[in-house]
Amino acid sequence: MVLSYLRSVTGKKLYSFKLAYIHLLVFIISTLGIYFAYISGNFGGREYWEFPPFFAVLIIAGWILFLINFISSLSSFRNQPVYIWMWMTGIIFFLFTYLESYLWVIPYFRKNLIGDLLIQWKSNGSMVGSWNMLIYGSSIFLMEKISGNKETSQSSIAFILYFTGLFNLMFNWGHHIYTLPTAPYVQYISYAVSMTELFIIGRIIFNWKKTLDTAQKNLHILSYRLLLSADIWVFLTLALAILMSIPGINVYTHGTHITVAHTMGATIGINSFILLATITDNSEDNCSNLLHYHKIINKGIWISNISLLIFWCSLIGAGIKKAIWQTAEVQNSFSMMMQELKPYFIVFMAAGISLAIGLFCIIFPLMKMKISCIFKK
Amino acid sequence: MIKDIFVLNYYSGMEFNEKNKILTAGILLLTFTVYSFHLYSSLPRQNLAKADDSNGKLVWQEKNCISCHQIYGLGGYLGPDLTNVYSTKGPEYIKAFLKTGTVVMPNFKLSDKEIQELLGYLKNIDQTGKADPRTFTISYNGTIKQ
Repeated sequence: MVLSYLRSVTGKKLYSFKLAYIHLLVFIISTLGIYFAYISGNFGGREYWEFPPFFAVLIIAGWILFLINFISSLSSFRNQPVYIWMWMTGIIFFLFTYLESYLWVIPYFRKNLIGDLLIQWKSNGSMVGSWNMLIYGSSIFLMEKISGNKETSQSSIAFILYFTGLFNLMFNWGHHIYTLPTAPYVQYISYAVSMTELFIIGRIIFNWKKTLDTAQKNLHILSYRLLLSADIWVFLTLALAILMSIPGINVYTHGTHITVAHTMGATIGINSFILLATITDNSEDNCSNLLHYHKIINKGIWISNISLLIFWCSLIGAGIKKAIWQTAEVQNSFSMMMQELKPYFIVFMAAGISLAIGLFCIIFPLMKMKISCIFKK
Repeated sequence: MIKDIFVLNYYSGMEFNEKNKILTAGILLLTFTVYSFHLYSSLPRQNLAKADDSNGKLVWQEKNCISCHQIYGLGGYLGPDLTNVYSTKGPEYIKAFLKTGTVVMPNFKLSDKEIQELLGYLKNIDQTGKADPRTFTISYNGTIKQ
């Protein structure tokens, strides 16, 4: 998607389509290989990357090809809009943090149990920020395309917000490991840096009215509706993230389902809706408009948002219950606590099924259109 | 006034030219690099001279224990946090679980060597500190300490 958008920004062809196809092929091969490894119970990696480390080489190779194609396709780095900075940051930092997350293969790092955990979550935390740079960059590009206002992405405010994001990407990862016995400054730096996100949330609150006015004008555009959904989830997820970044609160929420709620809100509520918005926009540009499917996609957006809210609340409910258990003077056994969480898990499962149906209502028409478009061509 | 700060109106007239952008990015990048390498070079030192320590961790990864269990609150949610299981439950208790599994945990059919290596890992991680949230105190400024 980034490479496709880059072409419309520069108005030129990609540096190399061949490289882009090889990049895609490498990712398809590694994805299939990873699924095969999971199905056959062949692990060896760590959280998020549980597959055998060999596949990491393929992922790194694919990412390097992406970086080469991106940089070479840009004619100049001067006066570029903020989303070009964001995409570039996302690609470079993802590559760096991904490599960093594999430092454990070196015994010096692996044998330091606490140090290894520290680096693991330093890299994972920044990696999420890198991915967000790619996603939010696409979102800003799309928003600019819808509004037709090219000045926003060149404004000082856009760059102040970008640098706030970059600052957080680099230094706020410590909230994952507040309870780890590391040097206290890791906690202080992360806590202080995380609080700069208050500016972002404050901006969302104070611009709420303006956002609603814009929403009324553009609500008929499907990709805009999806972006608006993502905006709502940005607010909810960011509010939760800021609370969890306060060590005094984090000590209760850490290791509970509240952390999962935060992750799900971010991955499904923000990332998936932005990705769906970009796919919708791309399909309408390159195939035909989706007028035929507006009704079903709209329904899908409503179903998935409401389901996700219930899904999210059930996780927070389970998390609060677990937090109470974790801090109780006298604790039941772990299995008894899990039994008590059962009602929350039932709601979670029902909301999850409904969420899948909602997403299917959005994805199915997009896929149908895309396939018929390929055959027509 | 508060609104002006949050909406960033105060900065709207600020000149953010190419030079400023590159300078800001450069300072951030340099700070990040220095901080990262400082962390790499000052990893918390532990007395882990025995060869089986890292092997225990590799068994832990190969059997994907982290998908259900946690270490310092990091990991899965189906099983309990195992950071201090070695000192609270003891090696025999852990061995019994590893050998037979439970209603929820499958029997991974671990060899005696793998069990010993995992015990070594759990013993070492136990000695690094306490993961129990009840052992933390919260300061007035929101920070925590043990």
